[in-house]
Amino acid sequence: MARLELRPRLQHPAAWWLWGLGLATAASRTTNPVLLLLVVGVCVVVVAERHDPATVNPLPAFLVIGAVIVVFRIVMTALLGNGFVGQTVVVTLPSVPLPDWAASVRIGGTVTLESLLYAAYDALRLAAVLACLGAANALASPRRLLRYLPATLYDVGTAVVVGLTFAPQLLTDARDVRAARTLRGRDGRGVREMARLTVPVLETAFERSLGLAASMESRGYGRSVRSTTTSRRAATGLALAGLVGVLAGLYGLLDSSAGGVLGLPVLVLGALLAGSSLVVGASRDPRSGHRRDRWTWTATTTVLAGAVPAAVLVIASAGGWPGVVPSQQAQLPEVPLLAVLAVLVSATPAWFTPRPREVAP
Amino acid sequence: MITFEHVSVQYADAPAPSLHDVTLEIPEGELVLVVGPTGSGKSTLLRTINGLVPHFSGGTLTGRVAVDGLDTAEHRPRDLATVVGLVEQNPSSTFVTDVVEDEVAYGMETMGLDSTTIRRRVEETLDLFGLTPLRARSLRTLSGGQQQRVAIAALFAAGPRVLVLDEPTSALDPVAAEEVLASLHRIVHDLGVTVVLAEHRLERVVHHADRVVLVEEGRVSELLDPAEAMLRSHIYPPVVGLSRLVGWSPTPLSIRDARRKASSLREALGASAPRPVADLRVIGPADAVDLTGVRVSRGGRVVLDGVDLTVARGSVTTLMGRNGAGKSTLLGAVAAQHRLSGGRVRVGAAGIDPHGRSARERVRTVGLVPQQPELLLYAESVAAECAAADDDFGAPSGTARALLERISGGVDPSVHPRDLSEGQRLELALAVILAGSPEVLLLDEPTRGLDYGAKKRLGEVLTGLAAQGTTVLLATHDVELAAEVADRVVILADGEIVTDGPAREVLASSPAFAPQVTKVLLPQTWLTVAEVAGALARIA
Repeated sequence: MARLELRPRLQHPAAWWLWGLGLATAASRTTNPVLLLLVVGVCVVVVAERHDPATVNPLPAFLVIGAVIVVFRIVMTALLGNGFVGQTVVVTLPSVPLPDWAASVRIGGTVTLESLLYAAYDALRLAAVLACLGAANALASPRRLLRYLPATLYDVGTAVVVGLTFAPQLLTDARDVRAARTLRGRDGRGVREMARLTVPVLETAFERSLGLAASMESRGYGRSVRSTTTSRRAATGLALAGLVGVLAGLYGLLDSSAGGVLGLPVLVLGALLAGSSLVVGASRDPRSGHRRDRWTWTATTTVLAGAVPAAVLVIASAGGWPGVVPSQQAQLPEVPLLAVLAVLVSATPAWFTPRPREVAP
Repeated sequence: MITFEHVSVQYADAPAPSLHDVTLEIPEGELVLVVGPTGSGKSTLLRTINGLVPHFSGGTLTGRVAVDGLDTAEHRPRDLATVVGLVEQNPSSTFVTDVVEDEVAYGMETMGLDSTTIRRRVEETLDLFGLTPLRARSLRTLSGGQQQRVAIAALFAAGPRVLVLDEPTSALDPVAAEEVLASLHRIVHDLGVTVVLAEHRLERVVHHADRVVLVEEGRVSELLDPAEAMLRSHIYPPVVGLSRLVGWSPTPLSIRDARRKASSLREALGASAPRPVADLRVIGPADAVDLTGVRVSRGGRVVLDGVDLTVARGSVTTLMGRNGAGKSTLLGAVAAQHRLSGGRVRVGAAGIDPHGRSARERVRTVGLVPQQPELLLYAESVAAECAAADDDFGAPSGTARALLERISGGVDPSVHPRDLSEGQRLELALAVILAGSPEVLLLDEPTRGLDYGAKKRLGEVLTGLAAQGTTVLLATHDVELAAEVADRVVILADGEIVTDGPAREVLASSPAFAPQVTKVLLPQTWLTVAEVAGALARIA
């Protein structure tokens, strides 16, 4: 077989998002720190190899937020405790006596290793899920994903894209206005100074919105293209219901506490609804996007690579494999080898997927 | 193609109608230039063509506007999108997507073209406007000229028969402006698209125009021949000024036509040497601004690299160069808006380091009027703005107000700053900054959106300030303003100084930055019509 040469291009964004969701599902089923750190590592490796060079890489920001969550949880647990009683005392903080009605709350007192580990593992799980989302963001920006909204939701998609541009623009404006303030000899940071900034920032943002609205209007935003109002409404309704279903199903799958049994059926139902809206709407709406990414074998394989750890860890947590939810003891947790291998499988898209397009400087 | 029948536009609360009884018929395939001072109703006229006025802006439109037989009263702008494309003044605020290629495809997507057609037209359009190397680039990272070309390409791709452009080149350097105009020229000549464009910088566009429409206080002339229109217009480029001075007929519009007629003028001027008006200025020692090895990085990119520059007290120095050459960054470095990553800056006779001072102390030595003067303004009225400026700079009350009176031709103090014309807003921002009576005044691209009248007044103000000892350093694309006011011109490219010398020498020897009068009279190095007029008066 000839060596497989792939043209540099961006892979279908849905593939990367499904991969990220698979990995996130896997991470949400375990509190084993080794597995979780491995998930984060996989995210970093895949993003380093395949992130879209045309956009700013958002993964570092997600990692920082994750780290902040872990530190915050540990500090809060040390100060307030988390109802987890352990034997290994690390340090005893001076405790603040509280009245009887607040008996369930404590401030200070003994800090045990077990409660700290519990907090750290739990926070690490959230951080790993965040890393998966950050990786999906870096590999395929949500804007690109929005282009695959059904044709009936085309205008909604555009509005969301505009919204996504608006927020970072507001920051740039704020910086510009602040810089302009220093030109008038004001470089204070007080509340009054901030209040002074809001008016020009909002004014600029408002003017830009009006300009953009005028531009979109004159470029045909919201035109009806050969479809009746009724059919469009029906399709939009179906699509929205479907999306809600998909989201609810995903929530059920990811959060084991909220009825994981219901998760899968709701997800399937939502996907069916969304699919039918596509058929209803798209059959009447001839609008088509420019240069949709093709769904190729690499996309399918990427989704599978994400599905493997998800499947293995869902089974592992349901079957109660040792080490998936490790005990909070002052010892290295047991590492389930099969789960480690499954997570490693999800790193393979870093090599078999096409390289991202080059961007001229 | 476009028909106006007795069109008047009246905005609510406006004392006078913005357009008054306009009757006009623009034929297909013409490049029509709309000429008029700021606030004369040019933008309103352009926006009636695709129905944004009155559908989007409000106001009352009487009469009838029809494009390709479609009445704008019955068709909303979005329905006219297949017929008319409108390019706004500031393209970056009108982008809907974030990548060049997607932006070009957007219009066609909303129209529901099939994906094969979209793909083909995207490729054709990218080629036509020379955007192929930029196709995957983020729109925010493009230079001004590139953004403007993308904006035009995005509209053109949707296949309208009419393109309407509001000041497409006013923010661009001369070379980028030429690129944009060349693209327009191509689509008019090869593809028969009708183009209607308004522009203040007539020297750039008037020779491309097939027809000219003059607008003044809401009244619109019929379609005129460009040469004839330039004879009648109150606004004209320097080459027409020269022609009016000497009495050439017919009026030449391009440098080439003017040079053919200029041989006798060159002979007449041959004996006398150019004597600049600025000779009267007393230029002090070169210690007003002192940059040594200045290096600035922004967003991980080195924008200025090892810049050495000294500026003499009481002089006017112009920084020129392409969009993105580092002009604004250099001004920002002097005003301590950007952190230095190397080198040092000293400003004023006392040689203070602006980066080491608090903003309050700094503004007494160096004042910067930014590219968007409205960023400096946030009060509810002009009067309140002036009072706030006095307060900010600790100046005696009434200082800013008096400065504004002197600079401007009279501004109504109760008006909201955002309702002022571009020129008036710049004058207000200038008055605000001058309230701190800085030793060094920096201006970043001050002529954006200014008509010739406002520009002339700005030139006088700057000359006056320099005569009183203020050092002026301005970054501009405006060759004619530089010819008018500058003692010295510094040209930047890629973050380095490539040319530095007396204005006359530098401007006359550069193909891109030579003013029109110089181009007509080369090898003699006259810069402005006023200089030539002065010399002719002396000869006579």
